[in-house]
Amino acid sequence: MPGIIGKKIGMTSIYSAEGKATPCTVIEAGPCVVTQVKTEEKDGYKAVQLAFGDKRAKNTPNALQGHFKKAKTTPKAKLVEFDGFEDLNLGDVVSVDIFEENTFVDVIGTSKGKGFQGVVKRHGFGGVGQSTHGQHNRLRAPGSIGAASYPARVFKGMRMAGQTGNARVTQPNLQILKVLTDKNLILVKGSIPGAKGSYVIIEK
Amino acid sequence: MSNIIKEVQEELNGKNEFPDFKAGSTVTVHYKIKEGNKERVQLFQGVVIQRRGSGATETFTVRKMSGNIGVERVIPFNSPFIEKIEVNKVGDVRRARIYYFRERRGKSARIREKKVYATK
Repeated sequence: MPGIIGKKIGMTSIYSAEGKATPCTVIEAGPCVVTQVKTEEKDGYKAVQLAFGDKRAKNTPNALQGHFKKAKTTPKAKLVEFDGFEDLNLGDVVSVDIFEENTFVDVIGTSKGKGFQGVVKRHGFGGVGQSTHGQHNRLRAPGSIGAASYPARVFKGMRMAGQTGNARVTQPNLQILKVLTDKNLILVKGSIPGAKGSYVIIEK
Repeated sequence: MSNIIKEVQEELNGKNEFPDFKAGSTVTVHYKIKEGNKERVQLFQGVVIQRRGSGATETFTVRKMSGNIGVERVIPFNSPFIEKIEVNKVGDVRRARIYYFRERRGKSARIREKKVYATK
């Protein structure tokens, strides 16, 4: 799907004409440079690689510097492939004007890392029983994870404690409230995954 | 708050200009109410309990006693529904959020007025 790379700036509210406040997220999106065009003949599939975010040449490997040189651009921090773009050539610039207000987009980001968490926080379990009346150290425990000698194993996919957050999350169908082309900003309704300053992908 | 967000707020939301007030002040808020097609202005007078947030999301809480029952309204500072705010009294309080005021009734629910001395 065609899209663009952006950076989460933060959240605010905007007032509609009727005076209703709507929470929204401000994303700095693009301008993105086309750094590679993948074709059916050469790569076996069609796609366009976009680059966004400045990065110092000192911190860029030589191989990547050559890659950016081909597209006649400066080193970029984030590279993402998109399909669905038509007629784009190496070095072209994609900006926020590909989006229209009041249409819906998906925003993909990396959620905030929460570390190793138990099942109550990670999966919303209720915990076990009461906190008083002799209850001892099982308040936030998962409870039973299966039966006994049959099946004599724990099923795959059983929800347990583990790393929470810091994973790729797609937030689908967010309404675009505003597109500020001159500032390269886009305002979507509601929240999006990730911390302020993290890179996100906005897909049509 | 990031500068970009401030810029966005200034561009998209009108900024309300009101006289300065803080917790402890007695204010009258004139706010517009839509009833069908008609619009009218209603008054809400009470003591400001707190101001919180910044920019477009800043709100303040006004508390008044309606008979024996305390009524609180949380009002967005930049809401287009507010016509004007009058500051009736500037209270002399020592904190920014006077939650203790909720427990006060009768004589103890009074706030001393701040004395303003003329500067030379």
